[in-house]
Amino acid sequence: MRRSRTLLAAAAALCLAAPAAADGPRRVVSVNLCTDQLAAIVAPDLLVSVSRLADDPRAAAMGEALAPYPRNSGAAEEVFLLSPDLVLAGTWSPAASAGMLERLGVPVARFAPETSLADVAANLRRMGEVLGRPEAGEAAAARFEADLAALAAPPGPDAPLAAFWHANGWTLGAGTLSDEMLAAAGLRNLAAELGLGAGARLPLEALVMGAPGALVSGAPYPGASEAEAITRHPALAALAPRRAETGADWVCGLPAVLRAIRALRAALVAP
Amino acid sequence: MRLLAILAALVGALFLASLLVGPAGARPGAALRALVAGDGTPLSLVMREIRLPRAVLGAMVGASLGLAGAALQGYLRNPLAEPGLIGVTGAAALGAVLALQTGLAAAAPLALPALALGGAALSTGLVIALAGPRGGSLALILAGIAVSALAGALTSLVLNLSPNPYAAAEIVFWTLGSLSDRSWAHVLVALPFTLAGWALLLGTRRALSALTLGEDAAAAMGVRLPRLRLALVLGTASCVGAATAVAGAIGFAGLVVPHVLRPLVGARPAALLPASMLGGAALVLAADVAVRVVLPGRDLKLGVLMALIGAPVFLHLVWRLRARA
Repeated sequence: MRRSRTLLAAAAALCLAAPAAADGPRRVVSVNLCTDQLAAIVAPDLLVSVSRLADDPRAAAMGEALAPYPRNSGAAEEVFLLSPDLVLAGTWSPAASAGMLERLGVPVARFAPETSLADVAANLRRMGEVLGRPEAGEAAAARFEADLAALAAPPGPDAPLAAFWHANGWTLGAGTLSDEMLAAAGLRNLAAELGLGAGARLPLEALVMGAPGALVSGAPYPGASEAEAITRHPALAALAPRRAETGADWVCGLPAVLRAIRALRAALVAP
Repeated sequence: MRLLAILAALVGALFLASLLVGPAGARPGAALRALVAGDGTPLSLVMREIRLPRAVLGAMVGASLGLAGAALQGYLRNPLAEPGLIGVTGAAALGAVLALQTGLAAAAPLALPALALGGAALSTGLVIALAGPRGGSLALILAGIAVSALAGALTSLVLNLSPNPYAAAEIVFWTLGSLSDRSWAHVLVALPFTLAGWALLLGTRRALSALTLGEDAAAAMGVRLPRLRLALVLGTASCVGAATAVAGAIGFAGLVVPHVLRPLVGARPAALLPASMLGGAALVLAADVAVRVVLPGRDLKLGVLMALIGAPVFLHLVWRLRARA
């Protein structure tokens, strides 16, 4: 009796495990905006729910593609009740929620934020592998690489100098996706030339001394803040830089970054 | 007169230091040449559009705080009266935050100092009414604590309710004050209210001197107390409100400066007021140079340094008052 019950349990376990092993997950819940969108590119039919940030037009580059899916807050309890067989998270998503889901037996795939244009293609391919659709991932990555090759124009030594100039004087230097996007648009990055890395504060004085011909800032939020006031400091008006704003296309490493690169070139490089 | 000359020289030296310290790191000679020449080079932009307005604002804000502190202490005849401690700067910050977050300041730039003035006037009037003409220490400080706490809480609430994600982090700016990256726009918006406040407060010098003899003696000498009180409330609110609207709530300057200078002028309000004005300018300029030297590029708030200097002075004053009682 006991043996037969054990056999039955083993058979049931096999039945449950077999389809997942054969053709990948069937119910995928994403708790991170960037994995939301990568998954929507590679396998939109497998997604069951996406993160709440998908509703934010300032953050979601592919808001329309994400519109049909129900939202989740990323809390372990809420995600578990959706009975996913795979959860997609960012490496910066709350560790406690992902850890609890793993303890409950739900596999979690974590994706690191893209810090280069090559990472965008790599994450598309990895998303294909993880979702059991390697050919779809490969196709999206190859299309991205071809579009990028047709678009990118590496800056020469006399290319215009630009700087990221965000609230509180934050700038982005070498080793960031934003830096590579600037280069692909045909601009030099002041912060990278000053030796700054990812996420550094640039004093207003140092920015003015660098005298960049172009500034890239985040679109201002409603309300008011001293942090954003620095992006409109009168000393900058005297430099008369060309200006561009970052938006949702800059938030995640997606093929949408190509659109941002084109907009950057139109605003800052085109005569 | 000699004291005023020495203080003026000190302000001049610190003003120069404020012009020469900064992350751009140019040699003093080249920096000053660029400042005078204004030839459109990046360095002359830094000197004219970033460092000069910062130094001017530092001197203005410090002078306002020093003067207001000396005038309040003279009227209440209590050395603990100080715009920061009795909640005037906190209420002014609340007014400024309201002006910014409602969009009034964007529509009409003068709304920013005007609302700060409103907040400061309300709190000054309230504290003076609660403390009574003799300025009892207990009533003064308790009323000040209540007004400060209320204004601080409302400021935090407004900033947390703002749709702007950066606003909540700026509770620090509004409670501790900073002069970093200020521009001529800030100087211009604060200037009219600051000058009006200085004129009103300096005009109370003779009345405050008469008041040291007691209210009856002062009245006999022709001092009209209600008028003096009105000038004091409006003058304090005007210059402290304007200072706070552009630099946040900077505490303790109005406490430390009159305390240090009072023995040097023989405790005469007529002499203490202009001396405190120069002393306040020197103290805030010195603190603003120090925040750039101690932690360059980190935007250390002025209030941190002011409290480090001011809190021990305050404790010393409390100790002396206790010993006297």
